[in-house]
Amino acid sequence: MSLKDRRLSDLRARIPEVTAVDALALQRGGARLVDVREDEETATGTPAGALRLPRGFLELRIEEKAPDPALPVLLMCAGGTRSLFAAEDLLRLGYEDVRSVAGGFSAWKAAGLPVEVPPQLDAAQRERYRRHLTMPEVGEAGQHKLLRSRVALIGAGGLGSPIALYLAAAGVGRLTLIDDDRVERSNLQRQILHAESRLGQRKVESGRAALLDLNPTIEVVSHDTRLEAANVLDLLAGHDVVVDGSDNLPTRYLVNDACLRLGVPNVYGAIFRFEGQVSVFGGAPGARPCYRCLFPEPPPAEYAPSCAEAGVLGVLPGVIGTIMAAETIKLLLGLGEPLAGRLLLYDGLRGEFNEIAVAADPDCPSCSHGARPELSDIAVVCGG
Amino acid sequence: MTNPDVTIRMPTPLRGFVGGRDQVTVPGATVREALSALTAGQEAFRDRLFTAEGDLRRFVNVYLGRDDVRRLGGLEAAVPAGATLTLMVALAGG
Repeated sequence: MSLKDRRLSDLRARIPEVTAVDALALQRGGARLVDVREDEETATGTPAGALRLPRGFLELRIEEKAPDPALPVLLMCAGGTRSLFAAEDLLRLGYEDVRSVAGGFSAWKAAGLPVEVPPQLDAAQRERYRRHLTMPEVGEAGQHKLLRSRVALIGAGGLGSPIALYLAAAGVGRLTLIDDDRVERSNLQRQILHAESRLGQRKVESGRAALLDLNPTIEVVSHDTRLEAANVLDLLAGHDVVVDGSDNLPTRYLVNDACLRLGVPNVYGAIFRFEGQVSVFGGAPGARPCYRCLFPEPPPAEYAPSCAEAGVLGVLPGVIGTIMAAETIKLLLGLGEPLAGRLLLYDGLRGEFNEIAVAADPDCPSCSHGARPELSDIAVVCGG
Repeated sequence: MTNPDVTIRMPTPLRGFVGGRDQVTVPGATVREALSALTAGQEAFRDRLFTAEGDLRRFVNVYLGRDDVRRLGGLEAAVPAGATLTLMVALAGG
């Protein structure tokens, strides 16, 4: 008997084995099914819902995916041999109930059990997103999630520029740009999505060209139109996140209310001179406070500064817009703590960040229990 | 006994009322006292923050530390010595 066979015989005596059919039942009952084959093996098919974790990374990454060592873990390889070795490793790591699927994926397929073909990144995508793929918090699954994501971006201007560029670079699969302006030379001090060579073009077209130049593998949808109560739901529906980089208060209220109607989170940012604000509002009803919890109503026109007074340090939208892009990616990947229930204030002159609490307003006309926000076009106020 | 000093952080759109400063220190034992000291002698500024009835306007927010003073007892909320109030209004720019 070879050393390997002796070892396997010893493992079979100690590691419980389950049939493929029993493994499916246990998986449906909450056990974690882990396919420990190599990526090139799982590329053509893996049990539906299985965690793909090649044996070489098993001990390194299993805790991120299966944090409770008391829950049963079912290991599968191609034929039921490597999974025995892997099971012993997990028992040694501290997992209490580890079993091996007898006959492996061959038996699973032969029994006609559900199989899925994991989406694949091609070689160019692997190269492009390498710095994401090597982070356990993103990895291949996270990158696929980004590639399947749809984000609507309101405003292709100061804030919209860094947001759009970073989301496109990150591989957000579909970006919808909404703006009704043309590129002017006075935009170029801060709107880095545009360029001297595209002066006079529609901003959404100029932006689309820049984004596809940066990442030609994504889809960029452009809407050369102004958001209004009549079109906002159609334009924003079907997106995973809406990012508000608009430049006026009426649009901000409209976006807030439409996002609540659609149940889509709204990543908010606003800037003026050296000062910026960022937060994440709304989403599922009651999920987070909304813009109207913070500012129930816009100031009347007589209290709003004149539009001509508005000015902004060119880099300020970069500071605030990149934070908005980070919050968007966090939401898409379900990572960390969203900047919700609080408003981040940036004071560029002092180089200070401060945070204030944003509490859900129980009487909020838009997001309190049972409220159904009306969509309306507020008269234009500059407000900053 | 004199009122303790309160630091008030000013939002950019209201800095014109305080000579362009981003922070102002005024005496006050309550939020109302501090804001009254801040706006003393400036009718337009007072009108910007308060209604004719003396309530805080709905589009002006004031925070004691990180909390909205409306949740802390409103304008009559006590302000501890050395506290910071943050005045905030909506910014629209993008």
